[in-house]
Amino acid sequence: MKHKRKKMSAGSAAPTSRKKVISGNHAVSYGAMLSRVQVVSAYPITPQTQIVEMLSKLCGSGQLKAKFIKVESEHSAMAACIGASIAGTRAFTATSSQGLALMHELIHWAANARLPIVMADVNRAMGPGWSIWTDQNDSLSQRDTGWLQLYCESNQEVLDTVIQSFKIAEKIYLPVMVVLDAFVLSHTSEPVDLPNIKLVDKYLPPFKPKIKLDLQDPHSFGGLTTPEHNFELKYKMQVAMAEGVRAAKKADQDFKKVFGRNYGIIEPYRCQEAEIILVTSGTITSTSRDVIDELRKKKQKIGLLKIRMFRPFPAQDVIKVLRRAKKVAVIDRNISYGVGGIFCQEIKAAFGNEKKQPSIFGFITGLGGRDVTPETIMEIVTHTKKNKYPKQPIIWIGLKK
Amino acid sequence: MYSGHVACPGCGASLAMRLALKGLGKKTMLVLPACCWSIIDGPFPYSSTKIPLLHTAFETGGSAASGVRAALDVLGKKDITVMTWAGDGGTMDIGLQALSGAAERNENFIYTCYDNEAYMNTGIQRSSGTPWGAWTTTTPNKKEQPKKDIMAIIAAHKIPYAATASVAYPDDLIAKYKKARKIKGTRFIHIFAPCPPGWKSLPEESIKLARMAVQARSFPLYEVENGMKYTLNRPNPNEKPIPIKEYLQRQGRFRNLNDQSTKLIQKNVDQNWQNLLNKLDK
Repeated sequence: MKHKRKKMSAGSAAPTSRKKVISGNHAVSYGAMLSRVQVVSAYPITPQTQIVEMLSKLCGSGQLKAKFIKVESEHSAMAACIGASIAGTRAFTATSSQGLALMHELIHWAANARLPIVMADVNRAMGPGWSIWTDQNDSLSQRDTGWLQLYCESNQEVLDTVIQSFKIAEKIYLPVMVVLDAFVLSHTSEPVDLPNIKLVDKYLPPFKPKIKLDLQDPHSFGGLTTPEHNFELKYKMQVAMAEGVRAAKKADQDFKKVFGRNYGIIEPYRCQEAEIILVTSGTITSTSRDVIDELRKKKQKIGLLKIRMFRPFPAQDVIKVLRRAKKVAVIDRNISYGVGGIFCQEIKAAFGNEKKQPSIFGFITGLGGRDVTPETIMEIVTHTKKNKYPKQPIIWIGLKK
Repeated sequence: MYSGHVACPGCGASLAMRLALKGLGKKTMLVLPACCWSIIDGPFPYSSTKIPLLHTAFETGGSAASGVRAALDVLGKKDITVMTWAGDGGTMDIGLQALSGAAERNENFIYTCYDNEAYMNTGIQRSSGTPWGAWTTTTPNKKEQPKKDIMAIIAAHKIPYAATASVAYPDDLIAKYKKARKIKGTRFIHIFAPCPPGWKSLPEESIKLARMAVQARSFPLYEVENGMKYTLNRPNPNEKPIPIKEYLQRQGRFRNLNDQSTKLIQKNVDQNWQNLLNKLDK
């Protein structure tokens, strides 16, 4: 017996979305499906594997009409995405940690070739010692490649950011990396609003590249460029990157018009008259929000700035929020060895030419997936309150003595 | 191809491309990992091919072509042939993993390895395609290891079609591309392509050397279907082969060989030839 399903009438009567409890990894897969990616090329790695499995399932069931190339390495995954993108299709991949590092050569290639590929990276610490747990050193070590980077806080944001990323990428012809924390998001289930694909179609029309491999209009792509030409190509990339800030803001605002929610490229949280502002990214943001709420209840003048867009770094927007504070506490779940936290460096650099600037404290915590709890955040707040200026360039929190 | 490409005089690789494209026709797209052809094609904004060409990273001949093929299939352009055009280093060394991956998946494209038996674009360094006894800048006396048997590796993947070809036998080469074009799945063509600067040979002798390699049974022309069915095209087994010494002595890269080494090479050639004969479909 075939069960007859109630037919949804077309148009306005169709539901605009449905709720589903899914992991961060599956939020990536559904985001890619809703974006109607045409070629997926990926290789399994913990903690990203479920993304690949779900995409494989969605392709197998026909819900996603894409060609899935099950390559033999991450390097090949990105190479295949490059081939697919330049031949005129919307291409997607996902990876993590060692896999991202293996791709490195082609991460440059995708950006230099100006291909609007979108990739999810599940933040996982680099080995050795082997670790499958979260920190941001994998994605941040790709910061100078020409990829945009967006760091997510919730599974809903992950799904929405995948869709937004194609919108941004295809506007400025640069690839976008969607970043989410291992396990804290990747393997944690949350209720996620899955928008109706017709609404997504309205927001994200089919990919129509300006130029592609075409028999009617043959070109040679990516060939030798002498010093006569290469410099200008790099300049144009920087112009596009700078445009990325505006493109991401617009993509985010347009998203709100269609789906009723957005995130901003940065998000100030309870920063009114704040004397201390914490700066966070990824899931540490959610933990910090709770701490801020508690402290605000106690009438403490403290706020939070979430940085969602790391590349291009929205320096002007960041300064605008932070310049009013007396102290800024940057929480980095990453380290550039020999310097310190990477977000902290960016913020200090952003203030470089400002006459008046807050005292900037650089905290490092949670490397290799060590849990970052409300107590960890409280320790950071206490330290910042107690000291007028940072006494060391790196303040380690949660380190065993 | 347009005239005006920037290959060296007597380059086997440029001739090989011209012949291959004659066999494949205009409905072809090229994927070109780093190799001599990255230069031969010409610097931006020039290109010496009349068809779309994607320059790609050294080790991505198999993977980038998989992506182009997938995209064309999704776009409904199944009639376009995708061909990767890689050197021996890009095929047998750095690109072997991606090639093996693509061949195992039986991706629907043609992979050509034009073999000039060393890293010639970077100035004559040994590759695993360099034959035993050859001088290169990184084997200052002579290479002490035999040439990698890429055809055996490819055949082990059981792809529908693999063949060797030589610029000295244009009819055979073109016919193989025409045949390959009609087959679905991964097809592999291994072309012997002399390199005068790298081999320290005379540019006007490139064709002669390529022909001698076949006549000496050092580079026989054959086909392998589904990894099983071997067919010999040239040389005729009933014809007397020329001694390998005659081939070797016309090239400066073999100048460090003594009689004993030459005899050893002859022995290896005879052994490999016998192995091939044993595999032939009878």
